[in-house]
Amino acid sequence: MQSVKYLHKLFLTATVSSAIFLAAPARSDSGPEAMLNQVFESINQNRLDTALTQVEALLRSNPNFRLAHLIKGDLLIARVRPLRGLGDAPNAPRERLDDLRAEAMARLKAYRQPPPADKVPRYILEMQPQQRYAVVIDAQRARLFLYQNVEGVPRLAADYYISAGKRGMEKIREGDEKTPIGVYYVTANLPRAKLSDFYGSGAFPINYPNEWDKRLGRNGHGIWLHGTPSDTYSRPPRASNGCVVLSNSDLDALAKTLQVGLTPVIISEKIEWQSIEELAADRKALRDSIERWRADWESRDTSRYLQHYSKKFSAGNQDYAAWAKHKQTVNAGKEWIKVGVSGMSMFRSPGQDLVVVSFEQGYRSNNLENSMKKRQYWINESGNWRIVYEGAA
Amino acid sequence: MIRLTATLLGLLLCSPSWAQTDDLQEATRLLRQGQTAQALDKVNQFLAAKPRDAQGRFLRGLILVEQNKPSEAIAVFTRLTEDYPELPEPYNNLAVLYASQGQYDKAKTALEMSIRTHPSYATAYENLGDVYAKLATQAYDKALQLDSNNPTAQSKLSLIRDLFTGSVRPGRAGVKPEPARVAVAETARPAAVVPAPKAAEAKPAETKAPAAAEAAKSDPSDEVVRAVRAWAAAWAKKDVNTYLAFYAKDFKTPNGEPRAEWETSRRQRINAPKKIEVTVDSPKVAMADANGARITFRQGYRSDALKANSSKTMVLVKRDGKWLIQQERVGN
Repeated sequence: MQSVKYLHKLFLTATVSSAIFLAAPARSDSGPEAMLNQVFESINQNRLDTALTQVEALLRSNPNFRLAHLIKGDLLIARVRPLRGLGDAPNAPRERLDDLRAEAMARLKAYRQPPPADKVPRYILEMQPQQRYAVVIDAQRARLFLYQNVEGVPRLAADYYISAGKRGMEKIREGDEKTPIGVYYVTANLPRAKLSDFYGSGAFPINYPNEWDKRLGRNGHGIWLHGTPSDTYSRPPRASNGCVVLSNSDLDALAKTLQVGLTPVIISEKIEWQSIEELAADRKALRDSIERWRADWESRDTSRYLQHYSKKFSAGNQDYAAWAKHKQTVNAGKEWIKVGVSGMSMFRSPGQDLVVVSFEQGYRSNNLENSMKKRQYWINESGNWRIVYEGAA
Repeated sequence: MIRLTATLLGLLLCSPSWAQTDDLQEATRLLRQGQTAQALDKVNQFLAAKPRDAQGRFLRGLILVEQNKPSEAIAVFTRLTEDYPELPEPYNNLAVLYASQGQYDKAKTALEMSIRTHPSYATAYENLGDVYAKLATQAYDKALQLDSNNPTAQSKLSLIRDLFTGSVRPGRAGVKPEPARVAVAETARPAAVVPAPKAAEAKPAETKAPAAAEAAKSDPSDEVVRAVRAWAAAWAKKDVNTYLAFYAKDFKTPNGEPRAEWETSRRQRINAPKKIEVTVDSPKVAMADANGARITFRQGYRSDALKANSSKTMVLVKRDGKWLIQQERVGN
């Protein structure tokens, strides 16, 4: 039967490239996505009757899962005539069909090509002990990866299907319907009761535009992680006005791991993967630079201290020259300085040699004592890490 | 289009006494004339004497459908499936009734049962194809958030009623001579019958050899087979004029409808699919005399909408040197 062949082909395409990945971490075997994966598996094994039974069971528990309805339609049509493609609905509105096809491909790829087991996103350079989890989003895959902080080592805990901006990535301005790329933090927890149905079971705003976005003149606001309206189980991969959207059950599961003001949400176009060893080497290089910056500050040798700052540095209305002048003046009045750095986290901004560093800074000198939460953006300039932004977090 | 099975192929075997048979024939005649109340009286009279008789109960079901009492008809056909689980027709009609109420899942189950009892049952296959398509449409509508009250639902339902009134007639009355044996053969087979798809796959090799042999011998039975193959070819090419020219002037239309009406419906049916394949396998010819023959064969039919494999019997007559179809029916 040609219809069977077609479905097979669909699955083979998704399988071939999966060979390059190693075994996936253990995955949940219950829930709608796991049930859909079982349907995929049955189709792959050419057990179309089983697949139909499974998809019907899935629809009984999730009657609004539109993609599951589409697959059910295909499994029925395959009994009548050869399928011409996924979602072989006659006279279907093109756009909606394309949306469901994109969702099918995203989910199928996620199932067939799990993330590499021996690698992690190169963004999670260092989590501080209080950060229990880090969220990393891969927009191309329409996937959110949740990493648990296991004694400083990121370990994949779960991954979820997501929808992002309908006009793609790299948000620049208000209303461009794009999702930002960068390192963000969860800033609030908005419960369902405070939201309209559109946001589903809850919402977690993030701090777009962050310090770097503002410096680049990017604007817009209200980028959230949120749930799905009650009339659908999920939305197409590219559907939102810039938010990251999860199905309600997934958002509920994710909500348990998010810490307001603490959990990083790193959004990428396509995750860059790195081995734990490479990551450790990068971490050490950066830590060493930060330690030299701290020690040079204590030395009160302002020219040595200023070597750690990029000529492109700016913070607030100060550029490098203003900053240098200010520091020279301040340091001249000091007899001694002590700087303590603790609770440090380091997250690389996707696609760039730019790292967001946050820590508790304890400053003491002969005439001042001050502790603060500090955030710095370090940039790699021909092999040297330098500070390009610095301010209170 | 969902078709209701009007004649219970397998049931002629339980031939009751002549008087009672007359009651049934009378009831059938009354139903055909639209006198459903009288038809029901007649059939009830008959069933009072023979309460378990399948054909009588089947006819009663048909009368209730005609009287627009679907739930009563459903009860009749349901009990028939319970008492005679080997018969495909009650399942099929149950499916038609469910489908007309929009209960496509139940229709699907009933049709799957019908085919399980009788794998070569073409009407059930055709209906099941329609029900699958209907269920698929519902699924697609939900997937794509379309209004599921699309117009095709309505048109299909009205078609059921049309076909029903046309098909109540005892279309196979013309083949009375050996009803008992036919029926035994039909009903006894189910378990042993090879599922249709397999039979279809086994085809190609089988067909070539007899064809070559036929050409060499050139006896009258080969002419008959060649005529039937040409008929099938015209059908597959959707060359309706050539196809219809294979039917004798006195061809017995399947439901006794006028020739013109039958031709119109054939024209529509043949033109509807984009592509048709028709195959003729394992033909067996019995010559009645030099100008009369009966042929049975496996008919493989495949279109973009349906795949069916059934046995077919035709009676052909030779007129002006050409073999023409006088009777045609599913089954042997």
